[in-house]
Amino acid sequence: MIRIANGQGFWGDWLEAPVRLIEQGPIDYLALDYLAEITMSILQKQKQENPRLGYARDFPPLIARIAGRIRERNVKVIANAGGVNPVACAREVLRLAPALKVAVVLGDDVFSRLDEFLAKGFEMRDMDTGAPLASIRPRILSANAYIGAFPLAEALATGADVVVAGRSTDTALTLAPMIHRFGWQPRDYDKLAAGTIAGHIVECGAQCTGGNCQVDWQSIPDMANIGYPIVEAEPDGSFSVTKHPETGGRINPHVVKEQLLYELGDPKNYITPDCIADFTSIRLDDAGPDRVRASGIRGGPRPPSLKLSIAYSAGWKAIGTLVYSWPQALEKAQAADRIVRQRLRQLGLSFDEIYTEYFGVNACLGPAAPPNPGPPEIQLRIGVRGPDRQAVDRFTRELVPLVLNGPPGATGYGEGRPAVREIVAYWSALLPREEIATRVEVVEA
Amino acid sequence: MKIPLSRIAHTRSGDKGDTCNIGVIAWQDRYYPILVREVTPARVKAHFGALVEGEVERYELPNLAALNFLLHRALGGGGTVSLRTDAQGKTFGAALLRLEIEAAPEEL
Repeated sequence: MIRIANGQGFWGDWLEAPVRLIEQGPIDYLALDYLAEITMSILQKQKQENPRLGYARDFPPLIARIAGRIRERNVKVIANAGGVNPVACAREVLRLAPALKVAVVLGDDVFSRLDEFLAKGFEMRDMDTGAPLASIRPRILSANAYIGAFPLAEALATGADVVVAGRSTDTALTLAPMIHRFGWQPRDYDKLAAGTIAGHIVECGAQCTGGNCQVDWQSIPDMANIGYPIVEAEPDGSFSVTKHPETGGRINPHVVKEQLLYELGDPKNYITPDCIADFTSIRLDDAGPDRVRASGIRGGPRPPSLKLSIAYSAGWKAIGTLVYSWPQALEKAQAADRIVRQRLRQLGLSFDEIYTEYFGVNACLGPAAPPNPGPPEIQLRIGVRGPDRQAVDRFTRELVPLVLNGPPGATGYGEGRPAVREIVAYWSALLPREEIATRVEVVEA
Repeated sequence: MKIPLSRIAHTRSGDKGDTCNIGVIAWQDRYYPILVREVTPARVKAHFGALVEGEVERYELPNLAALNFLLHRALGGGGTVSLRTDAQGKTFGAALLRLEIEAAPEEL
């Protein structure tokens, strides 16, 4: 049995979680997931400005903080903290923790190879809209192939203490130690599917231990010290999900089911670079306090293509707010919205979309919101987006004047006019997997 | 009799681009047939009204006594493009719990 902990569900997750996982009980592997789609484009911009950046900058200081424990307890760290510059990330880890051995996984970054793929006739059509990649080619900011667990397992085989990857899938971080330690092969479909599903359960950190959970949420113990998840994996593909004793949170089958369903598509065809996992084959059992066991998982062969995640610039947006007080708070906010829209029209500005929400009435639930007559205050929230930065900027000057020249009782404008932000949109496409060659390098201090 | 979905199920929702997914999990395995019968794609689409522009698809997971819904074109363009407060559909699951469904007393 091996213990694989997940201490980071996204870049920005709780800084204490990985430290507590390594200090509060036994673990063999510490998986850390840093990448969301938006993260890659931000990192690409940072790298363009400074070739030594482009990775998750919280990661090297974290490793420095736990370096002693990594050695003392023989824990291996696997993270996709490398972003678009895994080698620079590894070098910074070594600068701060020179006693560690660090391996990087390369080959996922295809930003500089897109024209080569286009020239070969790969259209890389968007998986949602079917449009060809050529239609956005000049606006592309980053492009990465999702890579699976086998390259990460190869990196673990170098004996590295820390494995730094770029755009590996979230689930691969958990599956890789199982491949490495149990010797699983690409044709071990059921086992790979089991490890993938274990990864899906823990990839969002505390979301499987009681965080963001509807299951009797008021009674979940000690959320301030919530324990992050640990997979106890067996060579036959069965596994348990648990957490260190004396930590907060809760694990039971209902809590785990919520996370199993999170961001799921077709449950019979959960596609990864390593296998296809069947979520309808999972058998879940309550295996004692804060412990759930999964077994019976089935899977199928890996797909012939890898998925590309491509970020591109798609215009500008700004969102502004004003607060209106009782009486007739909602009516005042609605009047202000009409006035802003009329003034934008009179200025001759056009947008792809103008979107209004009344915070406190319908911002989250829209038409599904319960009735809320006579609220004491309402926040008017108006957003616009479009291709013309100047038009969006002009909009940002149309809200604050309403405090003096619109309906009575407006406040909450202390933040000034809203910021104009560039929209980075995402494009998913498929590419034959033979086009992507990964390789592992051990980085020396 | 009419009951809110919250009486027999809990939910979690999230995003994949402009598609919102909602997992609906029966509190007791024996409630699962009620979910299958009552929580249809058409009802889910009607519940969210203009918020969901595209189709609603449903998948069944009898092993977990759960349903998975995909609400297409439901997030105002998706994560980074959307102008909505809940651009990632995090609250759609809670919103669905208000759905009124029909269940016989002996089923509960």
